[in-house]
Amino acid sequence: MPTVSMTVNGRQVSGEVEPRTLLVEFLRYQLGLTGTHVGCDTSQCGCCVVHVDGESVKSCTVLAVQCDGASVTTIEGLAKGDELHPLQRAFNEHHGLQCGFCTPGMIMSALDLLQRNPSPSEAEVRQWLEGNFCRCTGYHNIVKAILAAAEEMRAMPRAAE
Amino acid sequence: MVEKGIGAAVPRKEDRRFVTGRGRYVDDINLPGQTHAVFVRSPHAHARIRGIDKQPALAVPGVIAVFTGEDTKADGLGDLICGWLVKSKDGSPMKMGPHPVLAREKVRYVGDPVAVVIAETLAAARDGAEALAVDYEELPAVVDLATAHDAPVLVHDEAPNNLVYDWELGDRAAVEEAFARAAVVVRQQHLQNRLVPNALEPRAAIGSYDPGTDSFTLYLTSQNPHVHRLVMSAFIGIAPEHKLRVVAPDVGGGFGSKIFIYNEECVVTWAAKKIGRPVKWREERSEAFLCDAHGRDHITEAELALDREGNFLALRVSTKANLGAYMSTFSSSIPTYLYATLLAGQYRTPAIYAEVRTYYTNTTPVDAYRGAGRPEACFLVETLVDAAARELGMDPAEIRRKNFIPRDAFPYQTPVALVYDSGDYEAALNKALEIADYAGFPARRAEAERRGRRRGIGLSCYIEACGIAPSQVAISLGAGVGLWESAEVRFTHTGKVQVFTGTHTHGQGHETTFSQLVAEKLGVPFEDVEIIHGDTAGTPVGMGTYGSRSLAVGGEAIVRACDKLIEKGRKIAAHLLEASEADIEFEGGVFRVRGTDRQKTIQEIVFTAYVPSSYPEGLEPGMEASAYFDPPNFTFPSGTYVCEVEVDPETGRVEIVNFVAVDDFGRVINPMIVEGQVHGGLVQGIGQALLEQAVYDDSGQLLTGSYMDYCLPRADDVPSFTVSFAPGSPSGSNSLGVKGCGEAGAIGAPAAVINAIRDAVGTRVEMPATPERVWRALAGAAQAAE
Repeated sequence: MPTVSMTVNGRQVSGEVEPRTLLVEFLRYQLGLTGTHVGCDTSQCGCCVVHVDGESVKSCTVLAVQCDGASVTTIEGLAKGDELHPLQRAFNEHHGLQCGFCTPGMIMSALDLLQRNPSPSEAEVRQWLEGNFCRCTGYHNIVKAILAAAEEMRAMPRAAE
Repeated sequence: MVEKGIGAAVPRKEDRRFVTGRGRYVDDINLPGQTHAVFVRSPHAHARIRGIDKQPALAVPGVIAVFTGEDTKADGLGDLICGWLVKSKDGSPMKMGPHPVLAREKVRYVGDPVAVVIAETLAAARDGAEALAVDYEELPAVVDLATAHDAPVLVHDEAPNNLVYDWELGDRAAVEEAFARAAVVVRQQHLQNRLVPNALEPRAAIGSYDPGTDSFTLYLTSQNPHVHRLVMSAFIGIAPEHKLRVVAPDVGGGFGSKIFIYNEECVVTWAAKKIGRPVKWREERSEAFLCDAHGRDHITEAELALDREGNFLALRVSTKANLGAYMSTFSSSIPTYLYATLLAGQYRTPAIYAEVRTYYTNTTPVDAYRGAGRPEACFLVETLVDAAARELGMDPAEIRRKNFIPRDAFPYQTPVALVYDSGDYEAALNKALEIADYAGFPARRAEAERRGRRRGIGLSCYIEACGIAPSQVAISLGAGVGLWESAEVRFTHTGKVQVFTGTHTHGQGHETTFSQLVAEKLGVPFEDVEIIHGDTAGTPVGMGTYGSRSLAVGGEAIVRACDKLIEKGRKIAAHLLEASEADIEFEGGVFRVRGTDRQKTIQEIVFTAYVPSSYPEGLEPGMEASAYFDPPNFTFPSGTYVCEVEVDPETGRVEIVNFVAVDDFGRVINPMIVEGQVHGGLVQGIGQALLEQAVYDDSGQLLTGSYMDYCLPRADDVPSFTVSFAPGSPSGSNSLGVKGCGEAGAIGAPAAVINAIRDAVGTRVEMPATPERVWRALAGAAQAAE
């Protein structure tokens, strides 16, 4: 079995995987990082979004071996110690989650949006989220949370990033 | 007022674990020695099982065991049940066929499980499932609800004509008399599209068995772990109830679909003992489409009789409802007691008669999905009322206003069994019309016209019966269980509070709302309260969460347990303060001798209860209390939704440009959470109106079996909403005055959207109003006008 090595949430990890092992399976079942979820089998729900080398990726759609040598960030790696990321805080303050199952993917996806477009309009947020399903919130408060986080992140000194 | 008490928009305490990836869902749990299960499912809608050869599957490396329906039968496992007995008009009981946990002899829908393959790894179990050889003799299938009665095929021999029951409600003679003298009769046919619930977390189960104690533990995606334990023990016969522990940890949405007792959890729990190792199963989304109980699926003929002034005289309804291939746990009650009893809507229609025939078909079982019967009733009433307004040339708001049950008529006995607790329908209507600027609509329509767009506005004034349910009423109508709720409130030595509830939160925010209740009642800090739920070994017997019952029934049980603690605290305080009990008042967490500054905090009293150095004679130590609450009635939330759409006549695409929701939920504990419930419900309702439909082909294959074919609402399909609360009519069904809020959006939204589209395009469009259907409706209307 091939061995893969990657940096996950700043930590160097490696493991033996079957070639068919998906990144999400490696994260969940070999590394125990169960914050990344699986909600479908057609790569549409977005519950499994993580960042690979700084960009959002559906981890159900890449093989673990493809990420050999990559730097991966999951929802568990977003907060700095006890201090939540502005997006995590905004989802709480604006009630952007209910059952919480879509939330990790939603937040990781939104982070990529805000890295590309720090001042998105509501329509741009909604369009960006077409690859992330939520069945609980009706999206209303998710959109609100992302717009609020964008505002806060724009006001943050760059050094804090 | 207590900080973070009743009425405060407190951010949720459960969020931290979810936003940091520390939620704990069933699939996040792995037990030592665990094996993996994959179910082999029927590829045919209807077939005879001629034989199953386990050998090819057992030969796959890593496969441990294969079990079929013959194995579960040989071990004496019982069949799945339907827990609500409905009788036909002639008094005969519903005609139910057996529902084995693994199919025997016949399969009856695509997805019906015929065997389970258990292996060391999930991949090996999948390979084994693929290798299993099942020999089927395909049979003709009954798929179409409209023709199921006369189909040459029976899904179950027990149900001639595939008819499960032929049920009625209301006064037929009074309705016929009213129709005979009516000036106007409006008729409509309604098709309620079949929906797939689609909680984002797929179902999952891990069964394990401990031979040392001869007991089972099941981790399960359940909305009601005690109900699962009861049915799996009393009917399936897996273990005596005290030897089966069911744990529902974090659950990723339910919407009804995780109420029911399904095949898979029974099989993995039973199999864990057979193989002597834990067995884990996690559903694929494709399986969820095939096997999670679907919702809705009615065909209805409805007629409303009116006098010339627009007063409703009578309503006559005839419905066929699809129950699928087997009767799911509560399936029989949905198109009857949760549907026809709501046909009065917000109106004083004096006579109503409904008959409901339910049918077996070779499709996925159908049961409760968010709203469950009530969306179907609301859609029927609210689109029919609109049609009546058009027929009489009345404004849709005015015809509703004219027929509303007046605010001083409550409690109000409807002609279809229910007694509404409270309501002020006109207040909600007025507020909604004002927020939506109803009066300004003609100008907006004219402006849209200049841009080449058709603009329409639609109303829906919904009623809902929830807070399920007064046990005696439910049992007298056929329910097999009581529907009370329980709570236990326990102080620790240091004055912290643990609340054990029989409800289950899977997105509703109970941990926050219930903490607010307790903070308010006991005067303790919100942060000092912990809510514990979802484990039959650690919580009192409870009936779970559905039917918007958790606060109205479960919250009231918590309040009553708190009341018992306050009474006990009063005795201790009287002793310590050397006063008579009658002179002790309790407010804001402090017991005080009335009119003095002699007082003790509740934390001091609690400490004394556990360290009783000076203590009232004969009083038990400790500070915990439990309570059961059986509501005297349902609660009846209501409201008005106003939807405004623009239709692009070139493409038929509908855009919702404004949506106003004004709801009367009685007293609101956490407005932020309640608004969130409305948002989510609205999008499920809009999904039904515009996007979603489960479609089968003639042979019973589900054509919409993935997110590529079933259109789940995405963020860019829906707008932001204007949600507010009506002045509010507190419910008399609980001391809090609260009404359920979880299903309202899904109940009220479809009619508002469809009425708006009707207003925009001038002709009726069935749900889901896809661009193609809207475009065809426009083309048809243009042709008719030529």
